[in-house]
Amino acid sequence: MDFEFTRDTFLSLIAAVPMTLSLAATSIAFGIVLALLLALARISGILPLDWFARLYLFVFRGTPLLVQIFLIYYGLSQFPAIRHSFVWPILRQPYWCAIIALTLNTGAYGSEIIRGGLLSVPHGQVEAARAAGMSRFKLFRRIVMPLAIRQALPGYGNEMISMIKSTSLASIITLMDITGVAAKIISETYRAIEVFVVAGAIYLAINFALTRLVQLVEYRLSPHLRRPPPAAAPIIEGEAL
Amino acid sequence: MSAAIPPTATPALSVRDLHKSFGPVEVLKGISLDAQEGDVVSILGSSGSGKSTFLRCINLLETPDSGEVTVGGETIRMQTTKSGSRPADRRQVDRMRSRLGMVFQSFNLWTHKTVLENIIEAPIHVQGRSRAECIEEAEALLAKVGIAEKRNHYPAHLSGGQQQRAAIARALAMRPQVMLFDEPTSALDPELVGEVLRVMRALAEEGRTMLVVTHEMGFARDVSSRVLFLHKGVVEEDGKPQDVFANSRSERFRQFISQ
Repeated sequence: MDFEFTRDTFLSLIAAVPMTLSLAATSIAFGIVLALLLALARISGILPLDWFARLYLFVFRGTPLLVQIFLIYYGLSQFPAIRHSFVWPILRQPYWCAIIALTLNTGAYGSEIIRGGLLSVPHGQVEAARAAGMSRFKLFRRIVMPLAIRQALPGYGNEMISMIKSTSLASIITLMDITGVAAKIISETYRAIEVFVVAGAIYLAINFALTRLVQLVEYRLSPHLRRPPPAAAPIIEGEAL
Repeated sequence: MSAAIPPTATPALSVRDLHKSFGPVEVLKGISLDAQEGDVVSILGSSGSGKSTFLRCINLLETPDSGEVTVGGETIRMQTTKSGSRPADRRQVDRMRSRLGMVFQSFNLWTHKTVLENIIEAPIHVQGRSRAECIEEAEALLAKVGIAEKRNHYPAHLSGGQQQRAAIARALAMRPQVMLFDEPTSALDPELVGEVLRVMRALAEEGRTMLVVTHEMGFARDVSSRVLFLHKGVVEEDGKPQDVFANSRSERFRQFISQ
């Protein structure tokens, strides 16, 4: 093991961490919105919406993310109509193509996690809110969503970890994220072991931090699932004899 | 000259000819009820008699197929559709519901909120009252139902009886005109039934208008001012408890109470 080379590699790869985090954070954030909309479409009871969401899930869960990235980055530019339209300034950039592909993909997986959370909300608590005169929107925001988030969070944590790793596919369309930089160093040095060990360690560290963050949020959101705080110590008369 | 106060012209709650079917099964076959201010009406009946459905139709947790519900003089407007009927104005329904305090068999407290948060939730977010005022009132209600020291506990940390008393406080916090109780003691261990019934009795004694679907014959006999006995979706017996329990004309009611 060449320590100097490993250290230099580490410094080069650390410099690419912002790109990886930016890809992951942006697509996770957009993906949650998309996932919520898809989940609502699935449980809306409105058939066309339900079917659309089902078809969407079928396509985006059933095809590889790499294929989706290729189709968006190389595929869409084949159409002159797109090249001349207002979306071209976005679609010609590999960064935004990667964000779009990652968002569309995580939206599909996330929607099923959110749907599970929404379905887990006990019907009685929804009825209690309706009986108290809450409007549909208030009921969703004050009762259903908080309860659903607590149920969905562990599953969504998984999806977010998976997304951190999926960003490495963006390196295929020239993005210089951790994997992109790693591949470049290897092509220059042919020292795959050191470079990929360092790259793997960095992904591990990011996901360790993410896991802890999700755990913390889960803990903060679930005081009702823990044991009650110990009552103030009872004062027993005559104990101080 | 002091004349006796005449009974108020508008009943607190008035139900006219309520019908409800689930598929081919007709559960309610035209039920009417007028409850005056301060009435405590016990609704009895064997399972499947439609008594819970009747209660749930009053605040539209179930949509009646036909009939009329009037709370404090305001009638819930319904419109007929091809598949039955539905409320004409959703916001009117929300407003009417906030005047009807509902207590469920299985408490249905919001599990992610503390007892105090459960109680102030609807007054703040439905009625738009100030937080400070709601907390003050909630604490008085918690003291009244005897669980003041549990204010910061979550429902999962309370016994069934304490949860139901918290649920009663939650319903009272809306300052409802009528309280609806749907078998409030049926999910409780026998030794916890008494604490909930004591709270309900206290409410009855302070003159609250209450509709109580119950299996507690003692409560129906001693606390309520009126007993309604439903059988197969119709009112089979209706009267003062001392009359109906002593000499009911209904053979079925006599059978029911002798069980």
